[in-house]
Amino acid sequence: MSYRILQKKILIPGQTTLLVIDAPHVAAKAKPGNFVILRTSEKGERIPLTIADCDAKAGTVTIVFLVVGKSTAELNTFEEGMSLPDFCGPLGKATHIEKQGTVICVGGGTGVAAMHHIAKGHAAAGNHVVAVIGARNKDLLLFCTELGTFCPEVLVATDDGSVGHKGFVTEVLKKRLEEDKDVSEVVAIGPVPMMEAVAKVTKPFGVKTTVSLNSIMVDGIGMCGACRCTVGGETKFACVDGPEFDGHAVDFGELRLRLGQFKPEEQESMKLFQQKCQCGEGK
Amino acid sequence: MSDAPEKKVMKKTPRTEMPTQAPMLRIQNYLEVALGYTEADAKAEADRCIQCKKPMCRQGCPVEIDIKGFIGQLQKGDLPGAYKVLRDYNSLPAVCGRVCPQETQCEGSCILGKNPDKTGGPVCIGRLERYVADTFAARLAQGDSACLQITGEAACRMERPELKVACIGGGPSSLTVAGYLAALGIKVTVFEALHEVGGVLVYGIPEFRLPKEIVRREVEAMKALGVEFKTNWVGGKAILVNELFDQGYKAVFLGVGAGLPQFMNVPGENNIGVFSANEYLTRVNLGRAYDFPNHDTPIFKADNVAVIGGGNVAMDAARTALRLGAKNVYIVYRRTKDEMPARHEELEHAIEEGVQLKCLCGPLEFVGDENKRLKSIRLQKMCLGEPDASGRCRPVAMEGQTDELEVGLAVIAVGTRPNPILLEATPGLKLTKRGYIEADPETGETSIHGVFAGGDIVTGAATVISAMGAGRKAAKEIARRVLGTDL
Repeated sequence: MSYRILQKKILIPGQTTLLVIDAPHVAAKAKPGNFVILRTSEKGERIPLTIADCDAKAGTVTIVFLVVGKSTAELNTFEEGMSLPDFCGPLGKATHIEKQGTVICVGGGTGVAAMHHIAKGHAAAGNHVVAVIGARNKDLLLFCTELGTFCPEVLVATDDGSVGHKGFVTEVLKKRLEEDKDVSEVVAIGPVPMMEAVAKVTKPFGVKTTVSLNSIMVDGIGMCGACRCTVGGETKFACVDGPEFDGHAVDFGELRLRLGQFKPEEQESMKLFQQKCQCGEGK
Repeated sequence: MSDAPEKKVMKKTPRTEMPTQAPMLRIQNYLEVALGYTEADAKAEADRCIQCKKPMCRQGCPVEIDIKGFIGQLQKGDLPGAYKVLRDYNSLPAVCGRVCPQETQCEGSCILGKNPDKTGGPVCIGRLERYVADTFAARLAQGDSACLQITGEAACRMERPELKVACIGGGPSSLTVAGYLAALGIKVTVFEALHEVGGVLVYGIPEFRLPKEIVRREVEAMKALGVEFKTNWVGGKAILVNELFDQGYKAVFLGVGAGLPQFMNVPGENNIGVFSANEYLTRVNLGRAYDFPNHDTPIFKADNVAVIGGGNVAMDAARTALRLGAKNVYIVYRRTKDEMPARHEELEHAIEEGVQLKCLCGPLEFVGDENKRLKSIRLQKMCLGEPDASGRCRPVAMEGQTDELEVGLAVIAVGTRPNPILLEATPGLKLTKRGYIEADPETGETSIHGVFAGGDIVTGAATVISAMGAGRKAAKEIARRVLGTDL
């Protein structure tokens, strides 16, 4: 069995790509917050990616990825009509969604894609969803239009001020929380420093804060413990206990260090891949 | 070839040793350690079997192989015949010949083992099983007509495509169920969560003990019998048990394995360089990380490595670390060598290869540097106390006596806990106190009618062959129901 790519959209050239994959059995079950594990070749590594969207009727799952290493660089060479050898999911616990009032969904970088799926779920449950998204500049903003279709408020922050607030998403979030004390939950997905900063901002407000951890994984089904993290002093597996946890209880420092575990190997792999590509041996 | 064996006189003939790669050579490669019998070795060893009237060996075998029968065929020089006998009982003979703890099973029951000084010891049943399976496969590949005839007969059974059975999990127990039912013409679909079928045979047991090519060969043979394998399907996520019945499956077998790795709850356990044996071995075996960067999955390396635990998994991890270039590999175990649950052969192989035993101690702390990279393990020294419920002496901490072991990599191999994914997604499935599936010991049926279970998800971590034994019992019951009118 293989999984065909029905659509490829380059969101940010050389950096961020969206793929729509034909995977009916995954699409039928996927809920906001779930992730998939895929491989790009028979020699490939299993990599986890949070689901950005899915369509059970069409049998499709949408993923968005940032090119950070060999596996994602290779994934970026796949074109429409080509197939992935392995695509496994849905994995992880789905986001807990219920009608609860106002939910602020914060997304940074590629994390906006995963946040989009969760925000959509909260909106469908009847919540007032405030999207807070950020990027370096307006050209790098993801899912802005899509979020606008179901979020009554889309608040934007850019580093250069080319659109929205000039500065960080956390500043926008703080302002929004000060204006309206009646926020029931904040969801944050993005780079570790961003999630950590969001949790810091929300803490004094006493708002429930949910973060989605992008730990290193191997099997993604609880077998190996590669993704273990400390939450509230206890060891949890991001793949089966998460990936979403209470942002105020996560040990982000440990997560950051564990994410760097294979840095030298990742660099070696990437270097070899780039050499191959230059020699025209790449796909 | 000679006629049927005449009355044999018991005379002392030593067990026929199987050649192995030399220890110092084999730790530099990932190839199989034991090299297999030659035809002459096999003949000599088969001839040691006295063909007992009431063979004890068979009772020692969890899948009740007609051991006397297959060795009898070998004595006659009929290799395809020997294979046919094996295959009637065991879907994975090449695997079992390699990884079964024969010393406590068939060979442990062999009458020649009762008086080894006179007989030379039990017949090497496992080695013969491996020889038959490997040689048959090689001859089949060359188009040997006698071998083709046997596989042809198997393929010509009556097909009953309307009788569908599903197996969740693609490890030894499910493969046994699939092989048994497919031989009866029942249509079996195996749902495997990982990208490769085989369960512990591919992610756990290293290439140097069980080449993955052999697992693939057995799986291909099942495909030829009509078994369908769906990889990347997680039971409890992509497919639920009740949905399978809705889709027309007549019975469901749950063989999802032992699951979550056990950690030890000591400080520093999440430091960089501390791994579960499951992660360490899965990276190397399923991910082929020993072939990095040709394969993409990376593995963590260090000059000094400690493996915590004394079972087969610990031995596999320690021997893997040596092959990945570690200078010093320690097995840290809280009892002594005599209490280690690992197979004798595995322990001996590990020691031959240079693994160092650090007995009577256990981790107090995984000490990290300022970047949380493991630099040493602080150990509590132990001594042996009174025997516990298992009959083994209890390790007792020696107050105030500690030790420090400098290592950059620690692999924790102290067992597993049940994986919750499928269990939580299957309402009505009764679990034991320890959280495993409760199944009838005779039929494997669970608290849900028509749902069977076997292997590590029922017993907790055990052996490949005990999982296969459970699979065989369940398969017999499933066949009886599916072909009869009980379901």
